[in-house]
Amino acid sequence: MSGGMVRLILTRLVGAAVVLLAVSLLVFASGEALPGDVAQLMLGEGASQEAVAQLRQQLQLDRPAPERYLNWLGGMVSGDWGVSYTTRRPISEILPPRLANTALLTVLTVLVAVPVALGLGILMALFAGGRFERGTSVVLLGLSAMPEFMLATLAVLIFAVKLRWLPAISNLNITNGPLEAARALALPVLTLSLAIAAQIARMTRATLVNLAERPFIEMAHLKGASRLRVILVHSLANAVGPLANIVTLNIAFLISGVVVVETIFAVPGLAQLMINSVSTRDMPVIEACAMIFCCVYVLLLAAADLLGTAFNPRLRRSR
Amino acid sequence: MSTTTAPTGLLRWRLPLRRPSLVAAVAGGILAFWIGAALLGPALLPHSPIDFISDDSFAAPTAVAWLGTDYLGRDLLARLISAARSTLLISFLATLGAHLIGDTLGILAALRGGWLAAGLERGAEVMLSLPKLIVGLVVIALVGPSATVLVLVTAGVYAATVFRIARAIALDLVGLDYIRAARLRGESMGWVMFGELLPNMLPLLAADFALRMSFSILFMSNLSFLGLGVQPPMADWGGLVRENLEGLASGSLAAVYPTLAIASVTISLNLLVDRWGSSGGAGEMRT
Amino acid sequence: MSGELVRVERLTIGLRNGGPAIVQDVSFSAAEGEIVALIGESGSGKTTVSLAALGHVRPGLAFRTGSVQVDGVDMTRAGAADLRRMRGRIVAYVAQSAAAAFNPAFRLSAQITEPARLHRSRSRPAARAAAVELYRRLELPEPEKIGERFVHEVSGGQLQRFMLAMAMIEQPRLIVFDEPTSALDPTTQVEVLATIRAAMRGQQAAAIFVSHDLPVVAQLADRIVVMRRGRVVEQGPARAILEAPTQDYTRSLLEALRQRGQDTPPRAATRLAPVLEAKTVSVGFGRGNSAFLAVDRASLTVRPGEIVAVVGESGSGKTTLAHSLVGLHAPLTGSILLDGVPLADRFQRRSRDERRRVQMVFQSADTALNPGHTVGQILGRVLKLYFNMDRPARAARVRELLGLVHLRPEHADSKPGQLSGGEKHRVNLARALAAAPDVLICDEVTSALDTIIAEGVMRLIATLCRERKLGIVLICHDLTAVAGMADEVKVMRHGMVVEEGQPGAVFRKPQHPYTRMLISSVPQLRAGWLDEALAVRQGLGASTSSFLELMEPSE
Repeated sequence: MSGGMVRLILTRLVGAAVVLLAVSLLVFASGEALPGDVAQLMLGEGASQEAVAQLRQQLQLDRPAPERYLNWLGGMVSGDWGVSYTTRRPISEILPPRLANTALLTVLTVLVAVPVALGLGILMALFAGGRFERGTSVVLLGLSAMPEFMLATLAVLIFAVKLRWLPAISNLNITNGPLEAARALALPVLTLSLAIAAQIARMTRATLVNLAERPFIEMAHLKGASRLRVILVHSLANAVGPLANIVTLNIAFLISGVVVVETIFAVPGLAQLMINSVSTRDMPVIEACAMIFCCVYVLLLAAADLLGTAFNPRLRRSR
Repeated sequence: MSTTTAPTGLLRWRLPLRRPSLVAAVAGGILAFWIGAALLGPALLPHSPIDFISDDSFAAPTAVAWLGTDYLGRDLLARLISAARSTLLISFLATLGAHLIGDTLGILAALRGGWLAAGLERGAEVMLSLPKLIVGLVVIALVGPSATVLVLVTAGVYAATVFRIARAIALDLVGLDYIRAARLRGESMGWVMFGELLPNMLPLLAADFALRMSFSILFMSNLSFLGLGVQPPMADWGGLVRENLEGLASGSLAAVYPTLAIASVTISLNLLVDRWGSSGGAGEMRT
Repeated sequence: MSGELVRVERLTIGLRNGGPAIVQDVSFSAAEGEIVALIGESGSGKTTVSLAALGHVRPGLAFRTGSVQVDGVDMTRAGAADLRRMRGRIVAYVAQSAAAAFNPAFRLSAQITEPARLHRSRSRPAARAAAVELYRRLELPEPEKIGERFVHEVSGGQLQRFMLAMAMIEQPRLIVFDEPTSALDPTTQVEVLATIRAAMRGQQAAAIFVSHDLPVVAQLADRIVVMRRGRVVEQGPARAILEAPTQDYTRSLLEALRQRGQDTPPRAATRLAPVLEAKTVSVGFGRGNSAFLAVDRASLTVRPGEIVAVVGESGSGKTTLAHSLVGLHAPLTGSILLDGVPLADRFQRRSRDERRRVQMVFQSADTALNPGHTVGQILGRVLKLYFNMDRPARAARVRELLGLVHLRPEHADSKPGQLSGGEKHRVNLARALAAAPDVLICDEVTSALDTIIAEGVMRLIATLCRERKLGIVLICHDLTAVAGMADEVKVMRHGMVVEEGQPGAVFRKPQHPYTRMLISSVPQLRAGWLDEALAVRQGLGASTSSFLELMEPSE
């Protein structure tokens, strides 16, 4: 890898780290903004003053805010994520299994959706303007404009209620074995895949068609290249960067979809944990989940950026 | 001297030209229907959305209740129409807020440049580095759910995107000579922004407005569906889905109608924008 | 010269969904070894006709009637497979610019040899060897290795030669050149023309050469076809067309060329005090390592009623100098004086009156006028801002201004999108004049215009200058236009003024070698110009006979 590339990656990573720092400040500050006394909330209305005071000291709530922020941040990095207000369990115990489930869901979705979407996008670009393509285009536009819960609802209606092939509620437990896990995750993965596949396919088509309007494409035709060759060789070679960028960005956008899908299908993942914590205002859990999501999001955005630039043909050098 | 730089294209492929299409007409019709329903509907309905008209929940459609009843025995159609008003109103307000902030700051950043633009750009970058739904969840966790919070959060979350888009469009124009000519004349910033730039940006900004509204509707519906949006007894379409979800297992379509309503509006908006011009980015992704 | 290779017969091309034809009833032919030039201004349809020789129409267009026979195949009716067989092998295309021809993602050699691979005429090593041979013939440096480079690693002039190599590798029978030198500086143009001429010599290939520039074509063409608005105006052997045209349009084209150099009588002896002066102005660009001087100690003096022309190629700094005069770019050193009083560096710090008195006329009329405003609003705004005129006064003055630039009063209600290129330029001028300035700075105002229209605009500027006693700074790269108009000319190169003086003196007896090269690079209609220009570049010839002498009537 050339020195320029290494520098680019490092700069981007440093930028991401700075953003994450700013995000952590925001997340912590939002935690501070919660009205009411935390210790009081945890112990309930009838607790005695001493018990409340003791708990406050235990939780180090009487230290100044900057010090608590740094402790919190240090804890995050070293693995001590604090304690949940509602269950009193250490968050470092609660999180990992949840995180694993969400990760599994996401990875499966990506493996299913991305190849299908890229292939569909290329096909659409090849046949751009024809009736098949225009019809598909409208369908995909519809899919990407639909809320995830709609896709989920319809999926449940069709596959769980009418056909009874798959369970409506996903009792995902990895220890039950891969087949059971697959059944449990089938509908959530299907829903999420539909959502991002539609977007990726549309963007792929748009990118390739856009590239087809570059002047050197006309030249390729005038040299005697066939339509197929022009798309598969000339356009795609320039499309790798933008497509890598698009795919990575869509993976990042999966996060909102994951939140909805985990709720509908009751997948015991990180997002569901966060939603439940929001209802109970369990701030430490909310902060921890938010930090993880933001971290992943920021890193994915940085990766998308880097991939887009790394494959820019103008960076290539002859040796 | 002629500069023959006509854009080249795909040989023998016909890309659709812009002419009034059936699709655009249908999309426009759907939107007009819902806007009309939102404005006039509640006045024309026989039942109030909060009246219990039947003991049966999830009753099948009858002459009295055209779409049947919801999970509490209320007229589903009435609730659907009144929810139309809520949904369209809050998404419009949120998008308006996002555009007022984003457009002004974006144009200002493009014109002024310097540290102002750099600072705004950094701020937008940080905000855009956050997954929007997560931000919404955290804020609502703090402040508690309500319609007002929903509108403000949505406006805030999309203001950064609109800022970037407005700034990009304005930057394209600011480099043009007629802007330079205006500044050379000594025109005030206000005139340059509103007299010279804005009229040329309106078509693109309008297209983004429509697109942004569709994203807002989806975002807010998601939050309402999660129970964190508009609170009962007031309901928007997302909340309506949430309320009636349990009927799905027994085959009731009560939860499906509001999702269809949402989809009809967002798809129509997308189709219109697609057909009638591009927004800031060709085929922008939903986030 | 043997048989006929290309036969275009009554070719008609129009928009796909009906409407008037873009190309109407065009017929001409080319034999082996012949170079046929398609001459015309913008909108003449010449590029469309040239693409038809490859069986290609741009999106939205379609062949209607007529035929284009190339080596026996009718390209307008051939199927996809036949077209693929012909393209790149029998008929090849040289695009206008390298950006239009090369894919940034691939190495150059891969693209040059692509036609060979597509047509399976040679094995890969053989194709590569043929390519290297072509690089050598076209005088590319390091022919063995240069093909390994990517597009962005190679200079513009070299890319032109690569395009030529790509077209020639299959030894086609017909090469179509689409304005190959239009985007180039005059000095580069000379080299490329020489290369093309050398490449075509001794070949059996025919060529169709598209251009708007008659002098360029005069050097190469055997036959000339003059086109206008989609039709052929006249055609014939090159000498015949150039020396004895039969049609009015052709005559007016030639006239417009010969006009230059004969416009105004020499300047009067009495000169007024300078109104605008630049004294040893230096302007910098960039920061840190990439900083450089765009203008290096240039000086300028503008007097009322006189035209100062600043001439140079791209990168000479002439536009930057113009910008610093107006306050768009602050100079590093030196000063700019208005009536002897120093002006602030940036326009924001100048007074309104100072800004009013020095007006800039921008190069591209397309971007200089707000597309959302009518002409009346554009002009009226200036009047309101500087003179606080009320509505009726503004309307009257707008009518006057339009009259000054030879536009009709009705134009006040049009928007720029409804006007032609020349009309937009006049509105541009009118806007500058609306401020009642003392100095006009015209930045390449005729670069994008057709010859005849450009002539008109230049003459208008000259008239306005004399009649209203304006000081005019004319930034230009076209020496011929400047020769007849300017009272003083400054030649700039790499930011420095290398030569200055009265046009007659500078052009007849250029002192600086660069000036000599610039003058010799101006294409002229007479045969043999190209060889002379090449000789000057190689320092072999004595000072070139100036075009000025040849154009003026003999005494």
